[in-house]
Amino acid sequence: MRRTARGIAVLASATLALSVAACGGEDKAAEEQPKADPASLTAELTWWDTSDPQNEGPAFQELIAKFNQTYPNVKINYQSVPFGEAQNKFKTAAQAKTGAPDILRAEVAWVPEFASLGYLYALDGSELLSDESDFLETPLASNKYDGKTYGVPQVTDSLALMYNKELLTKAGVSAPPKTWAELKTVSQAVKEKTGAEGVYLNPAGYFLLPFMYGEGGDLVDTGAKKIVINSEQNAAGLKVAKDLIDSGAAAKPSANDSYGTMMTLFKEKKVAMIINGPWEVNNVKSAPTFGGLENLGIAPVPAGSARAGGPVGGHNYTIWSGMPQEKVDAAVAFVKYMSSAESQAFLSEKLGLLPTRKSAYQLDPVKNNAVVAAFQAVNEAAVGRPWIPEAGQFFGPLDQMATEVLIQNKDPKAALDTVARKYKAEVVPGYGL
Amino acid sequence: MTTVTADPAPPSTPPGRSARPSRLRRSWEKHWYAWAMVLPVVIVLAVLIFYPLFRGIWLSFTNLNEANQVAEICTKSITGSEVCKENPNKWEFVGLDNYLRVLTGEVGEFWQWTGVTLIWTFVCVACHFGLGLGLATMLNRPMRLRGLYRVLLVLPWAVPAFVSAFAWKFIFNERFGLANAVLSAVGIDPVSWFADRWTSLFTAIVTNVWLGVPFMMVALLGGMQTIPSELYEAAEIDGASAWQRFRNITLPGLRPVSMTVILLGTIWTFNMFPIIFLVTEGQPAGQSEILVTGAFRAAFEGIRNYSLASTYGVLILSILLVFSVFYRRALRKQGEVW
Repeated sequence: MRRTARGIAVLASATLALSVAACGGEDKAAEEQPKADPASLTAELTWWDTSDPQNEGPAFQELIAKFNQTYPNVKINYQSVPFGEAQNKFKTAAQAKTGAPDILRAEVAWVPEFASLGYLYALDGSELLSDESDFLETPLASNKYDGKTYGVPQVTDSLALMYNKELLTKAGVSAPPKTWAELKTVSQAVKEKTGAEGVYLNPAGYFLLPFMYGEGGDLVDTGAKKIVINSEQNAAGLKVAKDLIDSGAAAKPSANDSYGTMMTLFKEKKVAMIINGPWEVNNVKSAPTFGGLENLGIAPVPAGSARAGGPVGGHNYTIWSGMPQEKVDAAVAFVKYMSSAESQAFLSEKLGLLPTRKSAYQLDPVKNNAVVAAFQAVNEAAVGRPWIPEAGQFFGPLDQMATEVLIQNKDPKAALDTVARKYKAEVVPGYGL
Repeated sequence: MTTVTADPAPPSTPPGRSARPSRLRRSWEKHWYAWAMVLPVVIVLAVLIFYPLFRGIWLSFTNLNEANQVAEICTKSITGSEVCKENPNKWEFVGLDNYLRVLTGEVGEFWQWTGVTLIWTFVCVACHFGLGLGLATMLNRPMRLRGLYRVLLVLPWAVPAFVSAFAWKFIFNERFGLANAVLSAVGIDPVSWFADRWTSLFTAIVTNVWLGVPFMMVALLGGMQTIPSELYEAAEIDGASAWQRFRNITLPGLRPVSMTVILLGTIWTFNMFPIIFLVTEGQPAGQSEILVTGAFRAAFEGIRNYSLASTYGVLILSILLVFSVFYRRALRKQGEVW
């Protein structure tokens, strides 16, 4: 017995010594970063792009080709990773310390989560944030965690009312609806006069936020550390949405594949209005049956009794903390190039994406872009989301609630109470109910 | 191993320390060869099965998740420095907390998922076996183009599960799918397949039956061909009808095969992840979720919860263990040596 105990002690001290030695090795002094000419920068970087590979991907690849004109020796391995898988895939790889991309296009809600796990480089003090004040405040805020900045905003977005101008005109409607009540009348008019459906509501948590925000509700109150999802305002917002479907103004949504169904119906002119974001503009534009951008109307989401607003979304460039230090210069150069005002203007011109830099909005391709102009109004009304590591987990229970309320006719308040209990049990146990 | 422990101690040696080493040594000298032969298997089992199994069980008693697994969280700065902070809420041993939270329904919907899983497993295996048996019987007699039929019927098996899952999902699409198109063509209102838990489960069951019948058919066909044809000839001479021959020769003759494939099928279907995950996606509102898909969503969406995942794993394993114990006992009662 005693001998084994001694053996364990020796083993333990040996491992301790080893691990201390290993830790010591990582403490490197800050390397100097000499400014050199672009051609001397040599590195190979992997970039996971989570944008739609058909609609948006080619434009990003074009941008990479332009980047390589200035930096010929920085090779970018462009990898398109489906948006739905990227979060888990990145976490698995980052945790295993192998196989994660050097640069990741991360959704706004992912950044605080990854940062809290130590998976990202803090970018403070680098060239990337030297002109921090040029970024729009809300998109930049999603990159901050615990006083440090972990990403650079790529695009910002929010939900808007997208409508088929032709169908609305046929229905005798000249201006897009400004409130949910107006939306209902317009929808019914469309249905009567054109044979198409008025509006399609995607029964998913994110897409119901405009209804809840409209009545003045929110998910959680991060200041007071309180779960406010089951408020009367949110229930009222859901009732508005429910009424649209029950009255026949909105199409009956399906529980499965509803997003795809919504987009197909809209592109085929079978539904006149949807609530969606700028990332679908290019998709709609290139649909052969839709009639291009001339036929696409974009307006802020209709208002409820309190306000009008969609959730702030968007994507950021982040750098994986497992990337070796010697690649930092190249990574910074790449992200800097991709997030520059000119690149953002290029993307907005090509795809109708919204820049995150104030200076980009002064450039001609952005200033004269009708889609951007339309979405700018949308974004000014957007409501910030809680930027906490758990923010990504809010939507699982919310999606379930959306199906329950919109498809299975469950009472909104009861469904929201269930969501609140789940938040308390599984997402933010430290918050009050 | 049993022989060593079952041997009663020789009565002449007094109980004490001196007797044991000699007995062990004798046993070692006698059986060392056997131990040496067994060793590789023991090592492989230990590495591949016992270590993960016991680690999983151990994890289910902790609150380990992605956010609290490391003792300190290091934040690298782009300028080269690295700050490490002690993790404020490090993982710890929590006893039976996970089990309590899961079984009382505080986290997830364990009982609902279990119910759906049982229905799903029973219906799927019953359909697999019934249809497989029917098809095997039909194919187990001389007919033209038998080879072609066999190939066609095995085809679903050759298609990757996710491909057929997506195909079936699209067939049941509420607006653009074939199923509703056919229904409207014959004058029936289109069905919102995924809006109700039973119709949603129905779509998944149809997919899984389509996928699983070939295996049953092939296995049962193989079993049928091992039944000596003399039995059928003798029965025919005795004037037994086709049904009597099927009941009294085919079914008993198939029992060794069918019992095994039913057990296998049950375990596979119980843990059949891709069909539910891809076809119904748990819709509506998680009501068609089975245990494995529910556990996956609970444990791996958002910040991953390894301890919760292990808890579900242990619970699922225990259910299947209990099932196989009862199943084997039932078999033994019927005189099967398996």
